[in-house]
Amino acid sequence: MNLVGAPIDRVDGRRKITGTARYAAETPLPGLTYAVMVESTIPAGTIAAVDAAAATRASGVIAVLTYENAPKVEQHKVAGMTDRNLPLLQDRIVRYDRQPVAVVVADTFERATDAASLVRIRYDTSVPALSLAHGSGYHPEHSHGDEPSVYERGNVDAAFAGADVKIDRTYTTPVEHHNPMEPHATVATWDGDVLTVYDATQGVFGTRSRLAVAFGIPPANVRVVCPFVGGGFGSKGSAWAHTVLAAMAARAVKRPVKLVLARPQMFGSVGYRPATIQRVTLGAKRDGTLVSTLHEVRSQTSIFDEFVEPSAELTKMLYAVPNVRTINTVVPLNAATPTFMRAPGESSGSFALESAMDELAYAVGLDPLEVRLRNHADSDPSKQLPFSSKSLRECYSVGAERFGWSRRVPRARSMRDGGLLVGMGVASATYPTNRSAASALVRLSSDGTAHVFAGTQDLGTGAYTVFSQVAAEELGIPVSSVRFELGDTNFPMGPVSGGSQTTASVGNAVSVAARSARDRAIGLALGDPQSSLHGHDADAIDVRDGRIFLRDRPDVGDTYAAILGRHPQGEIEERGDARPGDEKTAFSMHAFGAQFAEVRVDPELGTVRVVKMVGAFASGRILNAKTARSQYLGGMVWGLSMALHEITRTDARSGRIMNANLADYLVPVNKDVPSDFEAYIVPEDDPNVNPLGVKGIGEIGIVGAAAAIANAVYHATGTRVRDLPIQPEKLV
Amino acid sequence: MPQIEIDVNGAHHSVPVEPRLLLVHLLRDKLELTGTHVGCDTSSCGACTVLLNGESVKSCTMFAVQADGSAVITIEGIGASDALHPMQEAFWKMHGLQCGYCTPGMIVSAVDLLRRNPDPSDDEIRAGIEGNLCRCTGYENIIRAVRSAAAALRNDESRHSVAELLPVGGSN
Repeated sequence: MNLVGAPIDRVDGRRKITGTARYAAETPLPGLTYAVMVESTIPAGTIAAVDAAAATRASGVIAVLTYENAPKVEQHKVAGMTDRNLPLLQDRIVRYDRQPVAVVVADTFERATDAASLVRIRYDTSVPALSLAHGSGYHPEHSHGDEPSVYERGNVDAAFAGADVKIDRTYTTPVEHHNPMEPHATVATWDGDVLTVYDATQGVFGTRSRLAVAFGIPPANVRVVCPFVGGGFGSKGSAWAHTVLAAMAARAVKRPVKLVLARPQMFGSVGYRPATIQRVTLGAKRDGTLVSTLHEVRSQTSIFDEFVEPSAELTKMLYAVPNVRTINTVVPLNAATPTFMRAPGESSGSFALESAMDELAYAVGLDPLEVRLRNHADSDPSKQLPFSSKSLRECYSVGAERFGWSRRVPRARSMRDGGLLVGMGVASATYPTNRSAASALVRLSSDGTAHVFAGTQDLGTGAYTVFSQVAAEELGIPVSSVRFELGDTNFPMGPVSGGSQTTASVGNAVSVAARSARDRAIGLALGDPQSSLHGHDADAIDVRDGRIFLRDRPDVGDTYAAILGRHPQGEIEERGDARPGDEKTAFSMHAFGAQFAEVRVDPELGTVRVVKMVGAFASGRILNAKTARSQYLGGMVWGLSMALHEITRTDARSGRIMNANLADYLVPVNKDVPSDFEAYIVPEDDPNVNPLGVKGIGEIGIVGAAAAIANAVYHATGTRVRDLPIQPEKLV
Repeated sequence: MPQIEIDVNGAHHSVPVEPRLLLVHLLRDKLELTGTHVGCDTSSCGACTVLLNGESVKSCTMFAVQADGSAVITIEGIGASDALHPMQEAFWKMHGLQCGYCTPGMIVSAVDLLRRNPDPSDDEIRAGIEGNLCRCTGYENIIRAVRSAAAALRNDESRHSVAELLPVGGSN
C-alpha cells in the first residue's frame, strides 16, 4: 500500500467545514463563569493603589483578583526552552505595557467585560527602557539550544581586511505578533486538587508542567486538553500568564472559568518576534567566492526573562565560507517577553544574510543565483559533518525554471511594465530538522479499526491526517479505518509542536506503535489453531486492507477483525516509543529551498505588489503532498507579509503598543497574494535523517521569502530597503 | 431584559437578551452554535460571518437586538455533516483550510459572494472575500475552492439553495 505520500483530504476536514470542531473556548461545562484580564497601561513602574470596589459591586461579579488578594503561585520558570517567567499578580511591579494586573470573574462574559472596565489602578511610573539601538545589552550564554552566542571559525577580521570585495551593511526587522486567527483561550476547572484545562496550545505537556509548578501539585493532577487549535505559529508554544490565571481564578471561585483573550490582548502577553538590528559583512573574491562572513545580531528581550532571536544560526552553515563569526546580543526592554515565531532566527536572519548576498552579486557583477551556487556548501562547514541529504541545487534549478528566472535583465531598474517598475529576486531557504522523543498508542479492535492516541497537537498543519496515513500504512488498513486522537495529556507524551519537529518526532512513534500492533496481531494468528495462518512463518506474511495473508498464497489469510474477535479482550494495545538516535553526531540535518519573487513597483507612489512567487523546497519524504504544499504556500505568504506588511508599533515616549488590532496591524488579505503563486516539492530521499525520512515543512516556507521580495524591489527600483517592512514611503 | 424573536438555521427562538449582547455571543453562548468564531472583535477578520436575511454580516459587530425579527444562517445551517453544501465540500477537497478557525466565516462569505455573482473570476473572488482573514493557507487553495464550488453550483442549481432555509416572511 502507498497511503503515505498520498495527497488525501484532511481527516479533520469535515468537522472544520461544518463548524463542529471544538476549539478551547467552545468547551461546554456546567456552571461556567467568565474571566476577563485587566492589563497595565504603562510599561514600567509600580501599582500605587488598586480600587476594585466598583468592579466588585458590579452585577454578576464573583471575584476580582489583583496582586493584593491573588493566591500565591510560582511564577518563575523551571526548565525547558518553552518555559517562561510569568507575571501572575504576585507583586506590584509593572514590567511592560499590557501586563496582566487584575482578573475579573463574572457570571457572563458581558458582565465580566463591563466590570473589568471599572477596575481603577493608579501607577507610580518609572522611566522605561525602550530602545533596542541604544539600550545596554549582553551576550547570552546560548543563542539557541546549545549553540554559543559568540561563535567564530577561522579569522574573520584578517580575511575581511584582505578581501577583494567588501559588503558591510546593517539590516533591521521590527516586532511582529503572531496573530493566529484563534485568540488564545483557556477553560479551567478544578475537582479538589485535580485540575483540568482546555487550552489553545501547541504543547499540552509543556502547559501541564507549567501549571503543576505554578500550583505546586504533581503533573499527574493536571490534565490539559486541546483537540483543535486555531493556528499558533509559536505564540501557543509556551504556557503564558492567562492560562495560569484562568486556573487560579477557577480555584478562587470554585467554578469552571473561561478566559479568552480579546484581539488587542494578543499583543500583550503571548509573545512576539523581537525586533532585530543585524550587521552583516561579507568579504569575497572578485569571482564572488566568499572568504568571510560576520553576522552580528542585536535583539530585544524583556527585563524579566531571556529570549534570543537566533538570526545568525543559518549563517554558520548556509554557505561554504572558511571564516565566519556570529554574535548575539540581547537588550532587556520594558516589553513583554518575545518568543519563537515561525522560523525564529531563520526568517529574520535570512532577510539580512540573503539581502547581503544580493548586494554582493551586484558588487561582483554576477547573477544572484550564480553567486549562491559558487558558495554552495557541499557539507556543513560549522559542524564539519556531511548533510544527511541536501537538494539545494535542485531547488535552485527547479525554482528558476518554473519562475522563469531567465527573463530577468541583470541591471537594476531596467525592466518595466507600462509605468510600473519590474523586479525579480531570489533567496535561499534552510531550516534545521529537529526531532524529540515521542510516544503513541495503537489499539486494534475486533471491528477491524485502529484507534491511535498521541499527546501531540494539530495546529492546522495536518497532523491528524498524516499520522492517520502512517498508522494505516503500517497496519495495512484503509485510512478510513483509523481514528486518530491527539491533544490530551492522558495520551502518550509528545513534544511541543514547534521547530517543525512534529512529524519527525510523533510520526516515527506512530509508526513504531502501529508496526508493533500489527506484529502482535500476526503473532496471535500464527499461534491460533483456529486461524488458517496457524503455524506459518511470520516472514511469509503480508497485510493489506485489514487482512493478514501468506505472501505466496494470498488466498490463505485471516482478518484483524476475526483474529481479535477470537481474542479474549477483543482488542490489543501496543505502545510505540521513538527517540532520536546518534544521527545528529554523524550528519547535519536541514531542509533546503529556493524562493523567487517578482514585483511591480509604482515609482510615483512607492507601492509594491508581488505578482509572482515561486518556492521550491526539498524536505525529505513528503507524507501528504496536499497538506505539505499548503504549509509551504502559507509560509511563503508569511514571508510576503514580513516583507511588506507586518510591524508592531510602540510609541517611543510612552512605551505603549499603538496598533494592537487587526485593522492597524496589517496581515495579508486575499488580494495581497500574487495570482501567480506556487510551491514545488523537490523529491528527496533521506535514509539518514530518521526512520520515516521526513524533515520539517512548517517553517521553511517563510525563510528567505522576505529577502527574495526585498531583492526584487531593489532590482525593480535600484533602492535597497534594509529596514522591514518595505512601506511605500521608503521607496519615494 | 428585551426579548427578541429570531430564526436561526430554520428554528425559531424567543430569547431574552441584554441590550449589549453581541449577536455572535447569542449564537455561541446561548444557542450553543459554536461554529461561528470570534477572531478580532472589530469586524476586521470575518471569522464571525453569518447570513442575516440572506446577506453576510459580521456578527461580532452587531447587537443581538438588532437581529430581532430576522433569519440567521450560521455555518451549521449552511450544511450538516451528512448533507454538505457544495461550498463546504469544495473547501475540504481543495484543501482551502488548515487550522479551520477562519473556515466557517470564509465559507459563509463565499456562499454570499456566489449569490451575488455566480461565476466570479479569480480576481472577483479575491476581492469578494477579502474581508475574511486566513493566517494559515496563503489563500491560494481558498480561491480554488470557491471557483470549484461556483462551477458545481452552476451545474446543479437545484442543489443546496441556502435560501430554502430562510422561513417565508422571515425578514425584518
